Amino acid sequence: MSKTANPGRGISRDMIAFGVLAVVIALVFLSQGAVYSTRMFVEAGCYALIALGLNIQWGYAGLFNVGVMGFIAAGAATSMIATYPPNPDFWNSDGPLMMLGVVVRLILGFLLIFFANRSDRIGAGPKLRALLIAIAIAMTWIMVTAAVNPMAAEIEGKATWMGGFGLPVFVGWMLAAIVAGLIAWFVGKVCLGLRTDYLAIATLGFAQIIKTFLKNADWLTKGTLTVSPLPWPVPKPEDGEFLLARSLYLVIVALLIVIFYLALQRAYHAPWGRMMRAIRDNEEAAEAMGKDVNWRRLEIFVLGCMLIGFGGAVLIQFTSVFDPAGFIDLNHTFLVWVMVIMGGSGNNRGAIFGALLVYVIWTMSEPAAAWLFDHVRIWGEAWFGWQAPADLDSRALQMRVFVIGLTITLVLRIAPRGVLPETIAHKPAGK
Amino acid sequence: MEPFVFFLNKAVISGLIVGSIYALGAIGVTLIFGILRFAHFAHGDIMTLGAFVTLILAGLASYAGISTPIPLVLLVLPLAMAATAAIAIGIDRTFYKPLRERGSAPIIIVIASLGVTLMLQGLIRLFAGVGTRNMFFDQPKDIYRIPFPGSNRGLTVTEPQLVLVIVTILAVTALHLFLTRSRLGKAMRAVSDNADLARISGINLNHVVMATWIIGGSLACLAGSLVSMDVVLKPDLSFNLLLPIFAATIVGGIGQPYGAIAGGFLVGFSETLAIFNWSILLKPLNEWLPEFMQLPQDMALVPTEYKLMVPFVILILVLIYRPTGIFKGRVL
Repeated sequence: MSKTANPGRGISRDMIAFGVLAVVIALVFLSQGAVYSTRMFVEAGCYALIALGLNIQWGYAGLFNVGVMGFIAAGAATSMIATYPPNPDFWNSDGPLMMLGVVVRLILGFLLIFFANRSDRIGAGPKLRALLIAIAIAMTWIMVTAAVNPMAAEIEGKATWMGGFGLPVFVGWMLAAIVAGLIAWFVGKVCLGLRTDYLAIATLGFAQIIKTFLKNADWLTKGTLTVSPLPWPVPKPEDGEFLLARSLYLVIVALLIVIFYLALQRAYHAPWGRMMRAIRDNEEAAEAMGKDVNWRRLEIFVLGCMLIGFGGAVLIQFTSVFDPAGFIDLNHTFLVWVMVIMGGSGNNRGAIFGALLVYVIWTMSEPAAAWLFDHVRIWGEAWFGWQAPADLDSRALQMRVFVIGLTITLVLRIAPRGVLPETIAHKPAGK
Repeated sequence: MEPFVFFLNKAVISGLIVGSIYALGAIGVTLIFGILRFAHFAHGDIMTLGAFVTLILAGLASYAGISTPIPLVLLVLPLAMAATAAIAIGIDRTFYKPLRERGSAPIIIVIASLGVTLMLQGLIRLFAGVGTRNMFFDQPKDIYRIPFPGSNRGLTVTEPQLVLVIVTILAVTALHLFLTRSRLGKAMRAVSDNADLARISGINLNHVVMATWIIGGSLACLAGSLVSMDVVLKPDLSFNLLLPIFAATIVGGIGQPYGAIAGGFLVGFSETLAIFNWSILLKPLNEWLPEFMQLPQDMALVPTEYKLMVPFVILILVLIYRPTGIFKGRVL
């Protein structure tokens, strides 16, 4: 075999794939109208950013993150709080002061846990250390919850919720990335030394907890009341000028995709990317070469989650409504997974292609499923006298859950490397 | 005595119930983890599926006009367990085995199990809707009151709860005998300890894998049916059940069935004790405490909405400080 199986093949495969995508996009624009299509492609573009983030975790480093939804939600919430106009009622109440108190207690608690953790250095035995850590965690918990409850009551009573900080949208997006990265650092620090199954379990749990927190912390996010409208970085549509405003937003998203794509491609071909692939493909060998495997994994996990949080922020800012109940595993974790593994894990173009195509199919499948089930009902009643259940429409949507699951298992079986596989620049081992 | 009885009812008995359910689920997960070496994410949905199988069989039985003094759902339970075990084997054959034989990395099989999770979720909700169902077909559940000295309410246990505890004890004893006395059980432990060594000493891996799915599937059906009988059958148990079960598995040590049982009860009791309002039990102390130290009305350690945090925190602490689990399982 030569260096690559067929140098021309990779390019032509890309051209076919993106040609098909262009046709699909053109069809969508023609059939759905430009206003609706721009909305769809802005959302698809945001998913492409998220898919790029997941792709560097899974494709570059083989890290299995099942908590994509949690990082999207964390990023979205951060960006919402940063950019939403301030709430004067909150700033006039005792809320800010009490919040400062909570933060101080949190910092104190972390210091306490940190020192308990290090107590073995001043001669505490393992049992004493465990006891000290348990006491430190319990004290932190009691200290913080005791301060949070009155603060929540005060804020909810006097100001409904804390409101935002009115920062520029781009700043909000940056902060979203930072917060998602901090969470990722914590989760990664705990799990990355172990096999990646543990990371999957922990990220799954963390995503559920982040969602529960955002749903119940009414003082922070207004809970189920939802926050809207969120500001845009470009003029918002006024008087029905949807097309212009959405097109501007689309330009920003497209620019972001290009910037991140170029940066990631560069990183992929740089020594850093080679090292990451070495760690993914043969951990022991990489470790023997002196690479700090766990540290590098943590690095890429944090980077990926930052990108996911950023993408989530861009997405939520566009939809303009922050609804914590709207973050669902299916739409925000597994859909992204399908995009990445179908597009071709490890290949950034594949991730972008997968994101755009899968999102179009996903959006179009909603009316398609409804149409299909409508006909099932009509035929069933006409031919068999079947009495359709009343909630058939909500059940029709469950069909899509099944299809997502089926797609994941089929892709793993039939084309584990996706539509646009990662082009391996060296001879695969054993050939 | 009344607050103490309340404590026993709300914290101890429900901890026992929740713990049994987690333990039954965790046994399956730990065996699959130990023998097939992957985290089986579809286990929560196999539990839901098992509950539905039980419900359907009970429905068929009542349609056929069978009526017995014991509730039909309990009568058909063994049949449903067998059916769920068969389904679990079928899932393994269709989705996991081909990947395993191709030598895929375990993480690929984990992803496949997530795909199976979604497929099961989709199918169950497609055919059964998203509403809740009563496993007893609107028959009232029997409630037993055990008198307790000094209390006029006594301890309350419902029929499914009693069955749950008894069945868990039976299942665990049977499992113990199977794993220590039978040839296949010993083979399973051998494979879990060292698959290669087991294979070269002539153990048939196919039988072991099948036994794993039979035990895992039938216990999942048992746990799913009983938890649905205890409250109602909800199609969206899945992840809310999965996380505590994984926590129990890892706390107990992967590949350790006894550890899984202990872990299940540990997680179950931690949950109920954490959301229990301690103020009820400690209120009498207010008489002796000075004015400024009066106990607040609400002294639950964790608000009920954040119940899921308990298994998660346990999981994180175990991963940081003792990744082998309390029973010295393996770290994969």
